[in-house]
Parts: sequence; C-alpha cells; structure tokens
Amino acid sequence: MGLRDTLFGRTKQVAPKLDNLFAVTNAAITLDTELDLATSGQAGLCFAASSGVATVETDEDIKQLLDFDPANTSVTLSTDDLGFRWLVVTDPDLESQVTRLHAANTSMVEHGLGPRLLCAVFGFQPKTPPGEGPVRLVYLLKQGTFYPFAPTGPSTRNNELELRVRSFLGTDLPMEKDLSRWMALWNLPVN
Amino acid sequence: MAKTKIESDHGLNVRMFITGLSLVLLYAILVTVMLKLGVSTVVVVAVGAALLFSQYYFSDKIAMFTMHAHEVTPQQEPRLHEIVDRLCALANMPKPRVGISEMDIPNAFATGRSPKSAVICTTRGLMSRLSDEEVEAVLSHELSHVAHRDVAVMTIASGVGMLAGLISRMAMWGAMFSGGGRSKDGENLVLLEMVTWLVSMVVYVIAFLLTMALSRYRELAADRSGAILIGKPSVLASALVHITGDMGRIPRTDLRKAETMNAFFFVPALAGGTAATLFSTHPSLEVRLDALNKLERELNG
Repeated sequence: MGLRDTLFGRTKQVAPKLDNLFAVTNAAITLDTELDLATSGQAGLCFAASSGVATVETDEDIKQLLDFDPANTSVTLSTDDLGFRWLVVTDPDLESQVTRLHAANTSMVEHGLGPRLLCAVFGFQPKTPPGEGPVRLVYLLKQGTFYPFAPTGPSTRNNELELRVRSFLGTDLPMEKDLSRWMALWNLPVN
Repeated sequence: MAKTKIESDHGLNVRMFITGLSLVLLYAILVTVMLKLGVSTVVVVAVGAALLFSQYYFSDKIAMFTMHAHEVTPQQEPRLHEIVDRLCALANMPKPRVGISEMDIPNAFATGRSPKSAVICTTRGLMSRLSDEEVEAVLSHELSHVAHRDVAVMTIASGVGMLAGLISRMAMWGAMFSGGGRSKDGENLVLLEMVTWLVSMVVYVIAFLLTMALSRYRELAADRSGAILIGKPSVLASALVHITGDMGRIPRTDLRKAETMNAFFFVPALAGGTAATLFSTHPSLEVRLDALNKLERELNG
C-alpha cells in the first residue's frame, strides 16, 4: 500500500493468485508415496456470501456463471454454519478437480467476485483406513500459499501430522511459512 | 507452612544458591562503591521498595489483567476445578483460585503473593490443545511455582536488579557532585563520571542476566516437582512439545471467523541461538525435555 492509500485509509483489494493451484497434482504424488494418502474425490471452493456486487445470489446464477451443466450432480453449492458458500466438486480424478476449480475461480474473478474468494480445499484420505485420518490441503487464494489441515474432531486437529505434511511437501508446494495463518476450517463440507 | 510432598533436586538447589549469592554479592559491591562516593540512599531505596511492593502485592491482578483472564467457579469449569482439586489434595496444598483466559495462545501461569492468595490460570487455547492428562501435568507445574513461592522469589531477585539500576543512576549524580565539590578539575570530573557510568551499566546488565538465569532454574525446578507430583514426567514432556515451538503457533481459530482479523495477528520473529537463551525467562524446550527424560529414567530405574 502506498503512502496516499495509507493517508486516505484506502485498502487495495487483493487479487486471488490462481496459478499455484496446479502444483497440487505434484504434491499428490508425494503424499501418496510418503504418507499413503490419496485424493478423497472431493475439492471445494469457499467464498463469502455478501450481498451486492452482482445478481448472483441464487445457486442457479452461480452455477450458470461457472458454466456448469445444471443437470450435473457432481457439483454442489451449499451454505455452511458460518454463512460462507461452498462450491464442492466431486470427481475421482485430482487433475480434473484442479482444472474445474481453476475454471470456477477464473470465472468468478472475471465477474468481479475475486475479493470474495477465501480458499480452495482438496481432500485427501488414507489409502488403507483408518491410517492417521484425513488431511485437507487448504489453498489461501489471497496469499497464494498452501497449508495442511488434519481435523481429528469437531475442534481438535493433529498438529503433528500437519507438520509432517509440511516437511514432505515443502519442495512441491509454496507452503505458508507463517504458522499462525494455518487457520482451522471446522466442519467443512469437503471430505 | 505445611510441608508439601514435592521433593528437591540438589544440583538445582546448589545452582540456585550460587545464582542468588551472586546477586547479593553484586548488590553488596554496588552499595560499597556507592557509600564511598557518599550518596544518600534513602530516596532511592524508598522509591524502589514502593514499586517492588506494589508489583508483588498486586501480582495476581497484574497478570490476570495482561492475560485477559477472569476467575471461574466450579460450576462454570467443572473439569478444570476437578483437576486442581485432585492435585492440591496430592500435594497437600491450599487450593488456589482458578482462572481462565479466552486467548487461543496455549499458556498457563500461576501468580499471587502467597500460596493462600494464589491464582492458577490457563488459556482456552491450552485446554483445547491438550488431553486432560496433559492439562493436569501443566497445572502441576504451575502449582509447583505456587508451592515454591516463585512470585516472591522472582520479585526480590528482579527487585535487586532494579535497585542496582536505580542506584547506578544515583551514583552517577553523586560522583558528579562530590567530584565537583572537591576540586574544580574538569578532566578528573569527566573521567570519574564516565567510570561510574560504565561500572553501573555493567552491574545492571549482569544483574539482569542473573535474574534471567534464576528464572530459568525456577522453571526447571517447577518442571521437576510437577512431574514428580503426578509421577509421569513423559506426560509433561508431551504437553510441552504440544504447546511450545511450531505446534503451539498453529491456531485453533477458524479461517472463516478470522478472515477480517488477519491484519491484527502479530508473530514475533523467533531467533535461535545463545543470545535468545541468555535473555530468556524460560529454558529451551530441549533443556526441559532432557531434564524430564532424565527424571523419567530415575523414577523407573
């Protein structure tokens, strides 16, 4: 932020960084070999459901905006307990998940909804259950960085596993270095 | 005071004694130097004592205020009270007041001028990160601080350091006046002034480092007695691993709730190495884990 923005109390809206999303496919290989984790078949996009901006408040509007076939049941829109909207893609192929989320993101940015995007989440599950439980890779769209989130209950998370994921993925993904930004996403609709 | 069932560690006792002795020696040297220079000490001592006394007397209120903590009743926090009750019965101590801070940072502290007026306090972040057994281990460490009267000990120790600082400043003035009174020789006056200033600064730095060292020994002593009280050093070790270092910095706050607060988060740059250890009030995690490991072997051996 420049001096003038500071003086006049203006904040620049941060554009989401989308390019790093594709790195997830590389990370998946490492997760598979090192931690025995495979995609859960679900990925999600979380955005704030504020009013205004555009008339895209209904599910149909958003689905149309994202060029998804209305009959396609592999894409669902839901609202969580905290009032955030989730676009969840169910697809066994990780690469296809990434492509579809990237397309959705790009489309939302084009329609001026970029500032409302919060994060993208990819679900991973142990190949031989129960293993150590599921791990989500959270992508902070504004920061352009990833971090792992391994919930073990309604408000508990496995920090040890998360730090181990970081140590393995450090070379594949731009990991969030500031651990205090590794915020939880309790009760998220992405498995 | 009733004898508490917390055993002592001779090595630690010796080191604490030496640290304490060094502090007193330092104070004595300073007083001698100062008397030679002919400074009136009454004002300095009075001010220092008043400050120290209030720090000591209101220690519980100050700590609770800075941690945004409030006292809780057994009805509000049955689990926490139950753990404290059990530990106090084990250690044969009066039960302190129990407080909770709503902060997400995992931390716990005990404060208060005497075991009777003590407050033991934990944060929500600590309770949600640790198992009941680990919370018990941390509270047992904090109760040991109460039993050891660490608030009083550290107040006196830091008070000596503070007095040293105040007195050094007075000594400087004293040197200027007495030097000026004896002769009008400018060069001598400047030289004397510089020497006192230098000596007092060195004294102050050493006093500070010794206070920090004493604090680290008290922490180790509390680790030890706390672990012995519950009989499981490994549980305290696991609690320490979970709340310090990387793990302690991963938040429990939800991303969706914290989105707008991100700007307010402030993370201090953590520096490793000896300088950080030298100026720290707590020993490093490795030192504490080593000590607990050794204790575990002793208890099992």
